[in-house]
Parts: sequence; C-alpha cells; structure tokens
Amino acid sequence: MSHSDATAAPAPAAVQGATRIKAVILLAMLGFLLLVPMFLYPIFLMKILCFALFAAGFNLLLGYTGLLSFGHAAFFGGGAYFTAHAVKVWGLSPELGILVGVIGAAGLGLIMGLIAIRRQGIYFAMITLALSQMFFFFCLQAAFTNGEDGIQSVPRGIFLGVLDLSNQINMYYFVLGVFLLGILAIWRIINSPFGMILKSIRENEARATSLGYTVARYKLAAFVMSAAIAGLAGSVKSLVFQFATLTDVAWQMSGEVILMTLLGGIGTLIGPVIGAGLVVTLQNYLATSPLPVTVITGVVFMVCVLLFRRGLVGEFYASRIGRRLGFKSDS
Amino acid sequence: MARLLTSVAILGATATAAMAQVSDDVVKIGILNDQSGVYADFGGTYSYQAALMAVEDFGGTVLDMPIEVVTADHQNKPDVASNIARQWYDTEQVDAIMELTTSSVALAVQALSAEADKITMTTGAATTELTGAQCTANGFHWAYDTHALAVGTGGALVEQGGDSWFFLTADYAFGYSLEEQTGAYVTANGGEVLGSVRHPLSSNDFSSFLLQAQASGAKVIGLANAGLDTQNAIKSAAEFGIVQGGQRLAALLFTLAEVHGLGAEAAQGLTLTESFYWNRTDESREFAQRFFERTQAMPNMVHAGTYSAVTQYLKAIQAAGTDATAAVSELLHTLPVDDVFSQGGTVGANGRLITDVYLLEVKAPADITTDWDYFNVLATIPGSEAFIDPAESGCALVAAN
Repeated sequence: MSHSDATAAPAPAAVQGATRIKAVILLAMLGFLLLVPMFLYPIFLMKILCFALFAAGFNLLLGYTGLLSFGHAAFFGGGAYFTAHAVKVWGLSPELGILVGVIGAAGLGLIMGLIAIRRQGIYFAMITLALSQMFFFFCLQAAFTNGEDGIQSVPRGIFLGVLDLSNQINMYYFVLGVFLLGILAIWRIINSPFGMILKSIRENEARATSLGYTVARYKLAAFVMSAAIAGLAGSVKSLVFQFATLTDVAWQMSGEVILMTLLGGIGTLIGPVIGAGLVVTLQNYLATSPLPVTVITGVVFMVCVLLFRRGLVGEFYASRIGRRLGFKSDS
Repeated sequence: MARLLTSVAILGATATAAMAQVSDDVVKIGILNDQSGVYADFGGTYSYQAALMAVEDFGGTVLDMPIEVVTADHQNKPDVASNIARQWYDTEQVDAIMELTTSSVALAVQALSAEADKITMTTGAATTELTGAQCTANGFHWAYDTHALAVGTGGALVEQGGDSWFFLTADYAFGYSLEEQTGAYVTANGGEVLGSVRHPLSSNDFSSFLLQAQASGAKVIGLANAGLDTQNAIKSAAEFGIVQGGQRLAALLFTLAEVHGLGAEAAQGLTLTESFYWNRTDESREFAQRFFERTQAMPNMVHAGTYSAVTQYLKAIQAAGTDATAAVSELLHTLPVDDVFSQGGTVGANGRLITDVYLLEVKAPADITTDWDYFNVLATIPGSEAFIDPAESGCALVAAN
C-alpha cells in the first residue's frame, strides 16, 4: 500500500518478491472487504468504513502535510448535515446529496483554511478548534439542524435510480465503493508531484519556500482536499445511519479522529483505516460490557502512545518483516 | 388408526402454535442508555437494575417463556445507539428497546424501530417530538417530557405564589423551547415573565447572569437548561445566597439523582418537577427500599419509569398471549397503567403515557430526617393537565384513528 523506496535498492529479485507479496496482501484485503458482510454486521462495517475514510482524509493533512487540525469534526459533521438536509428536505437523490455534502464541506474547509494556514503548530490547531466550535454553535442554533434532536429519518434513496440503498447489503457495497474511491484519491494525491511538495513542506517549510513553491497555496489546497474527504465520509455516514446529529460536529469528534490516526499510524495510507476500525470496534463491543468505555479507550490510547509510538501499522512497517517487504511510512 | 394419527397431528400443530406465540422462545428487552457520560446517574445502569427488578417482580417468565434483559452504553452517540439497536433486532432477537436517554438517540432508535416493526418505550429522553410530529405506531414515551416539566414547574409554581419570573436560558433550541413553554404556563396562570438572559451551552461562570436575575426582583428564577449547566447555576446561586435572599430557584430538568449529587446544602429551596418521588406513598417507599438495596441509590422518575415500562410491556404480552409487535402495541395503547410509578395512567394514541406529575421542593438540610429524603411535595398536577392532549400533539396517527 506504500510505494517502495527506490534509494534502498535491494536486489531486483527481492524487490519483485516483495511487490508480489504486497500485491497478494492488497488483493487479500480487497477480498476480505468484499466478503466480510457475510460474517459481520453490515451497519457496523459501514460505520468503520466511514470513520476510516474520515481518518484517512485527516491523515492527508496531519501525516503528509504536517498540519494538526483540531477542527475536522466541522467538515465531517457539516457534510453529514448538508447531505441529510439535501436528501430529506430538498428530496435529492443520494449521489447528488453526497455531492452537496462534499461541496459544502470543501467550502467550509476553504473558509477555515484561509484563516488557519496563516499560523503554524499549536496556533494552527487552536484556530481550527475555535472555528469548528463556531460551526458547532451554528449547528446548535440553526433551524435546519433541529438543534439537539438532529435531522432524523433521512431516506437512503436509490443510487443512480437503480440500486436500492435501503437494502443493507446494497448499502454496504455502495459505501465500500465510496471508501475505495476516497482511498484511491488519497493514494493518487500523495503519490503525485503535488503530494511530494506537500511532504517537502512538512519536512522543511522554509526550504520549500526557497525552492519557489507558494507554500500557503499548497497548504490551503491540502486543507480543502482533506476537508472534502472528511465531508464525503460524513455525508455517507448520514445516509448509513439515516440521521445527522450534533455528535458529529462536536469537538470530541475532532479528538476521536486524531486518536484513530495516531493508533493506526500517521503517514501511512492504511494506518488510519486500522485505527478507525479499532476505535469503532472498541466503542461497539465495550458498549455491552460493564466496563466504562471512555476509560478503556483512554488506556488503549496510552498504551499505544507508550509502546507503539509509530502506531500499529507504523510499527509493522518499521519491523523487520515490514522492512523486508519494502514498506515504509511517510513520516 | 387414522383418527389417532390426525389427533396426534392436531396436537403437534397446536403445540407448535403455542410455541410460536413467543418469538425465539424468549422475551428479550434491551436497555439502551448513557452509562458512562453525563447522564450516568440520571438513567445509567440504575435503569438496567430497575428493568431487572421489574422482570423479577413479574416472576421471571411470561407465557411460560423466560424474560431476558440486555443492556448497552450508547455513550451519548446516536450512531453507536443506532448500530446497537439494529444489531439487537437483527441478530439478537431483542423484542423491545427501552430507556433511550438523550433526544437525538431516542428519535433515531424510535424511527428505526418503526422500520423494524419493534417496540420502543422511552423513559430517559425529554423531547415531545417523540409523540408529536415524529410519533410512530410502536413508539411509547413513558416517564416525562418537556411539556410536563413546563406545566409542573411553570404553572403549578405560580399557584404557589411564584408569580413573577426571570429565566436563565441555555442558548439553543432546547433552552428556548423550555423557556417558551414554561413562560406560557406562567402567564396563563396569571403570573408574569419579567425578563430572561441567555447563557452559552456548557457555561462555567453564571455570576453575571445570576446578578441580572437577582436584580430583576423576580420571585422565581427559572433555569431553562439541563445537566451540568443547571448544576453550575444552582451552585453559583447558593454562593450568591439567592434562595436566602427570598427568591426561588426553579430547575426545569432536574431529578433526585442530580439533587443527591449536588447535596442538600447547595440545592435547598430548589423547586423541580418529577413524575415520581420515592417517599410519597407506602408502596413507593417499599419499592424504593428494594431498589436501594440493589443499587445504593433511591430511584428517580427515569428509574421508576423504566420499571413501569418493563412491567407494562410484560403485562401486555401476558394479556395478548403473544409477543408479536402489533398485538402488544395495541394493548399497550389500551391497558390502564397501575403500578408503583403510575396510578390510573392511560396511554394516548400517540404513545404518550398520561400520568400525574409532582411539583417538588428541596428541603433545608435541617429538615431532612432520613437519607435521600430530599423533597417536599408541593403539588400534584393531574396527567391530563401535564401532558399534551394527544389530539393536539401533531402526531399523524391520532388523526388517523
């Protein structure tokens, strides 16, 4: 899932072997995603996919551009609200509804980005937090969101007029399709010249400027793309669960996506996906146990920060097996 | 021989029919609420214990089938709640989900239960939408709602002499609707609203708002907010000596559990509305004592309401002779509710339980003789006044009937 490192230049045969193994892993994962709804509960899987896409979009900013946003809930929840409203009140089809959500989230990203990228580090994080809180209070009071009741009973509709999404299995494959497209888009972005520039900004912003790149514009572009992907995840989630509520725009959600990304491993394409899967699974399975969910999630986070500082996938990439396979995290 | 065979066949057929009356040979009730967040005392695992108690008191079986109670912590996240609810219905054969603290969760689960043709009985959420515009055929709202709280605290308190009001309102839809509904009952009963001030959600500093309220000279300061905001406002009010200064504090969404958390010292003189108070009758005291032995806490209206909801659900199954949703739902609408929680309660076509609510006042610490004996009952508001007339609730099902 990560590009092999050309500079390490192992023997050609080894490279070929590693590529083959990676291709097998990739196919196995795809096969797993296609078959898993037969064994696990589809809604639960769709939820994981939505959060995985959200975390992957967030990682585009944190892992590849080096910007820690503390306001991504605004895009995720905003996308959810826009889509829910478009589908329920305006009666749009799901694909158009999702488009409205993505454009809305990207627009929010543009506004927030324009203000936030002027500052770096902790100030950047604080500005994004403040702006997303402003959006939270907007959603709390705006008439179209119905305050704390949320937008409920959103119809899933019929995708492109053919696929009835009210069927759980149809919905799962629809969500899987959106998820794969989103991941593909991220993969394409980070492996393009544009992505290289983002990484160079992350490594040394001053040097990128001195090379003649308009750093602010690249950062803004990355911010908007990340916001759009987060919005896409939120839009799809509002269709999966058929509601959009304040939980998705609250600051805790911004924290949760950071948790997912760090647990999985920042700067890896697959890390946030694994992290999201882990957090959502914990939330779901601990819900029916007598243990307090928040405490357990906190302990898991602490253990990971202390023992696997690169995140689960990051540690695997750095392990002997990972390195032999030519995996490398981009951080 | 042929006759014998036929009679055996008939016997077999009736036996299977009897078995089929209860789906999967078990009646399963899910208690879904917040067990680790801000509402952990308001409902929480106490509600689960209340449900278990109801099942035990019912005898543990209905129609000779075992009753099982499952529970989950939705962490105040509607998506977690929705996920669990669907999973319960689809893979774990849960027949009904109850409690459902938090409006967004209750609305979401009630909507998906309508789709899945299952019963919900909400005790923990406040919104009147559940039995209003978003009502469903199998959705019931049991313990209380914002309307009952507004009538209880707003209307009844005016009759007790609290005829001029000032509101401290949380600056969002929930706060506005509480203020508006309560204000309407204050003026309808001959009182007046002198003014209001809006505070942001999750505010820590209530001093300037309380000073305005104090300066207004109103006899009653209404707290149109919830949870931590109400607790913080009450604590600040105690520091300012507002109650000692002759003004009354009225909390609109506050229960025994929160009063206990705050302590009688800070909460004294506070008035509030609940649909249950444990130290009211011999029956409620006996129930509360048994509840206390299990949980080390006395029940509030959410806990007692959950007990009542579970009991009524089981009674309906018993009476219907089946746990099929349509039949049980039909009986839940028509059977009178008579238990420790509600005496002579009825259920409207919109699914709303119409039951008496009580205007309560927190005693001064010196007057509290036994533990948890926090309240004086100031007034009893009949259910027909406290709850919206189903015909005017905006529920489409009422018109259809």
